Amino acid sequence: MGEVIVVTSGKGGVGKTTTTANLGVGLAALGHKVALIDADIGLRNLDVLLGLENRIVYDLTDVTGGRCRLKQALIKDKHCEGLHLLPASQTKDKTAVSPEEMKKLCQDVAQEFEYVIVDCPAGIEQGFRNAIAGADKAIVVTTPEVAAVRDADRIIGLLEAAELRNPKLVINRFRYKMVQQKDMMSIEDIIDILAVDLLGVVPEDEQVVVSTNKGESVVQDERSRSGQAFRNIVQRIKGEAVPLMNLNQNGMLSKLRRIIGLK
Amino acid sequence: MLEFLTRLFSRESSSSKDIAKERLRLVLVHDRAGVSPQLLQALKSELIKVISNYMEIDESGLEVNLESNDNQVALIANIPIKQMKRLPENVVSTL
Repeated sequence: MGEVIVVTSGKGGVGKTTTTANLGVGLAALGHKVALIDADIGLRNLDVLLGLENRIVYDLTDVTGGRCRLKQALIKDKHCEGLHLLPASQTKDKTAVSPEEMKKLCQDVAQEFEYVIVDCPAGIEQGFRNAIAGADKAIVVTTPEVAAVRDADRIIGLLEAAELRNPKLVINRFRYKMVQQKDMMSIEDIIDILAVDLLGVVPEDEQVVVSTNKGESVVQDERSRSGQAFRNIVQRIKGEAVPLMNLNQNGMLSKLRRIIGLK
Repeated sequence: MLEFLTRLFSRESSSSKDIAKERLRLVLVHDRAGVSPQLLQALKSELIKVISNYMEIDESGLEVNLESNDNQVALIANIPIKQMKRLPENVVSTL
């Protein structure tokens, strides 16, 4: 029986789907059997991030509605052996699935896969309740901004009320230089306010846009810094104690290292 | 160099990160306590009602806010008094 992890945030646009895709690809790259479930019904995106948008035949609501079998709806990733996607429906809305149906679905998927990662929609309404219904663990994604951290706090409260205790935090789009200049909240500031465990910090990285454009994931880009951050998070999900990477990319030493190809 | 200078000068006023942190703390106090602006407004009008029995207050200058520091939340009320009321003898004797 695999582990069901929901990736959530409250606020939109902080990187839930990007995180879901990278963790899925990262885990699968290490040889694990991984299924990604896009729970953002009506606004599916995970398929596009993975470059699988042309392969969708059936979707999540077809499975819960009994119009196809689970195996028929699961799409094999083209880059990564062992990675599968269960896409969201683009035409239905959030009420097309109930939390009970999602719970059953997650259990069924977890029979076949080691890791099941659910991409939660933004907001705190039924889409959110559906996405967390079948989860064993939760990851909360935030960015170092007031609105995103505020929403993360709200989500943490709702997760704990739903018996999903000890959610782990991912701080995305972190800018070391701005933190140095005291123009961005630091990791310590955010952890102090939210009082949760840190799972990882992903630096702001233009390479994310480049990869997304191509339907690829930065986690597979050996030279990308955000990719390294996601690879570290993958290790931590597996239970390895990996220290936070050096986020200072502007130091002379790291510049020199990058020039001579040592990353 | 420019960076160094701005950093030097920015120490004088509080940095934008500190402003963000403070705003966040305050907004979370309200969020976590489930205190809505309507609730604060209701509290305000009841306070005015009660206090007006004893003294004349400047209602327009009344401020009621929740504030937090060091993990403690306090209800801070700033109530400007215009004049004390002369209380009737029988009320004073029951106080």
